Amino acid sequence: MTSLVIAEHDNALLKDATHKTVTAAAAISSPVHVLVAGKGCAAVAQAAAKIAGVEKVLLADAPYLEKMLAEPMEALILSVADGYEAILAPATTTGKNYLPRVAAKLDVPQVSEILKVVSPDTFERPIYAGNAIETVQASAGKKVITVRTTAFAAAAEGASAAVESVTVPPDPGLSGFAGEELSKSERPELTSAKIVISGGRGLGSAENFHLLDSIADKLHAAVGASRAAVDAGYVPNDYQVGQTGKVVAPDLYLAVGISGAIQHLAGMKDSRVIAAINKDEEAPIFQVADYGLVADLFKALPELDEELARRGYK
Amino acid sequence: MKVLVPVKRVIDYNVKVRVKADQSGVDLANVKMSMNPFDEIAVEEAVRLKEKGKVTEVVAVSIGPQQASETLRTALAMGADRGLLVKADGPVEPLAVAKILKAIVDAEKPDLVIAGKQAIDDDSNQVGQMLAALLGWGQGTFAHSLELDGASAKIAREIDGGLQTVTVKLPAVMTTDLRLNQPRYASLPNIMKAKKKPIAEKTPADYGVDTAPRLKVLKVSEPPRRGAGVKVASVAELLDRLKDAGVMP
Ligand SMILES: Cc1cc2nc3c(=O)[nH]c(=O)nc-3n(C[C@H](O)[C@H](O)[C@H](O)COP(=O)(O)OP(=O)(O)OC[C@H]3O[C@@H](n4cnc5c(N)ncnc54)[C@H](O)[C@@H]3O)c2cc1C
Ligand SMILES: Nc1ncnc2c1ncn2[C@@H]1O[C@H](COP(=O)(O)O)[C@@H](O)[C@H]1O
Repeated sequence: MTSLVIAEHDNALLKDATHKTVTAAAAISSPVHVLVAGKGCAAVAQAAAKIAGVEKVLLADAPYLEKMLAEPMEALILSVADGYEAILAPATTTGKNYLPRVAAKLDVPQVSEILKVVSPDTFERPIYAGNAIETVQASAGKKVITVRTTAFAAAAEGASAAVESVTVPPDPGLSGFAGEELSKSERPELTSAKIVISGGRGLGSAENFHLLDSIADKLHAAVGASRAAVDAGYVPNDYQVGQTGKVVAPDLYLAVGISGAIQHLAGMKDSRVIAAINKDEEAPIFQVADYGLVADLFKALPELDEELARRGYK
Repeated sequence: MKVLVPVKRVIDYNVKVRVKADQSGVDLANVKMSMNPFDEIAVEEAVRLKEKGKVTEVVAVSIGPQQASETLRTALAMGADRGLLVKADGPVEPLAVAKILKAIVDAEKPDLVIAGKQAIDDDSNQVGQMLAALLGWGQGTFAHSLELDGASAKIAREIDGGLQTVTVKLPAVMTTDLRLNQPRYASLPNIMKAKKKPIAEKTPADYGVDTAPRLKVLKVSEPPRRGAGVKVASVAELLDRLKDAGVMP
């Protein structure tokens, strides 16, 4: 039987989250089909057709699909759902927004944020901010699943699947896009960067938060934050790492002025190496950090920047 | 205008949960329970709308054991007008919660449902979206701000790339994100007043909803543990260690 993956993209570029979701999908039911929904997104469909394991790409192109809003996405996915054993989307804010609507209409439970496919009907997923891992078995019927992308390797490229246009159901007209304020950055994306440097309340202000910038630039790192730093307005909401923010698993996670609350750890504790700078040696972050530096960040960060420069990082 | 706010009783966010030795679940005996934090934000938003005169009635609903009536009392103390407890022992999956809420919406006819984006116990992030679909309504999830204007709601949403604003026709479902507001603490006089506010009691069967789980939990286990590492004495030593660990570019 076949599974269907809903592609994550911005109408121009296919996101890596799609490749990771394809890996999860292939472990449940292959071959895999990919649905690319958007506006003027034919190039994305061509890119999806190259993912290994993908047999067919469905292209749904309509003006009202541009932002992949939940209501038209529900109608679209339901219109192609027949015959698929499993329907999967990455657990991004886009996937989390539309997929539960599809599950409800199909009258099946959704399995959220799977970490592992144990067998085609059995999955591991985190609960209680990742303090427990639940193994659940889905009953008969379609499986509707969101995928924690940091837990799966990206499927390779190399296929050349057929791209087929599908008829798009009319816009339900329940909601409309009214604007966006996207964070612009030259840096790598938080969820796919090899190095992430995050700042917390310890940074003290939006201005001080820039102390992380030149270090991040030298290391080609993404910059993240704790909830406290976002709530205090030091950085925008999309910087938040944690249970209810983004989940990251880079090679190196450097936490600066972050205490290490369970909700924060939930978003970064699967990083390969964790380093922390905190002036409080009792801070819980040190219980998960591979390398801990007890220091005042206002002294340590400029030192770190200089030391990196001295070692030839530009 | 009437607002319905679903509130869930969950383990308090400050409690470090423990997995039971027999892997049947987490230990809920004698741990502090509270209202799901996102639901506090939902109640706060509804009560503010009432205080601004945009909303006339705020109804809080909880599906759970008898003790969930305490969660409803908290909502009433924050300013909700009345409560509805749908008594159910044992876990109720998001789809069943959404079906019960749909039946309640059909009976109560609210103009807006404000739910939390996520229950911090099951971390599902499903109920609001499922409810909206079952009702055939529009949705504004992960709300960062809300403006009501008669027939529609303008909702700024916290998305992975920043903020996105959508206009949703009413009636609609909205789910809250952390920055929507800062929930109040109920004052003592309001806690006293809340004791007199009505809480009706129903069962899932009253709404014709079967709450038998559709997902079988085979086991609940501890996540892989991360041990504490070493303390380094200087920035230079930190960089040396990171280089040895092979994570420096
Ligand atoms: C429903 C809910 C969801 C949540 N979701 C998230 C989430 O997704 N992500 C998240 O991060 N949090 C989340 N939280 C919040 C979480 O519980 C913590 O409150 C938050 O992570 C704390 O952020 P912080 O570590 O920056 O601040 P604090 O806990 O205040 O820690 C600041 C740290 O900085 C250190 N410090 C201060 N000054 C200096 C200095 N000069 N030099 C060095 N160190 C210094 C201090 O020693 C301290 O350890 C959530 C909470 C709730 C209730
Ligand atoms: N048992 C319940 N009773 C009332 N509301 C609930 C219940 N379960 C979930 N909800 C609501 O749905 C939101 C999302 O929950 P979930 O989809 O389980 O993460 C919560 O923040 C609540 O507003």
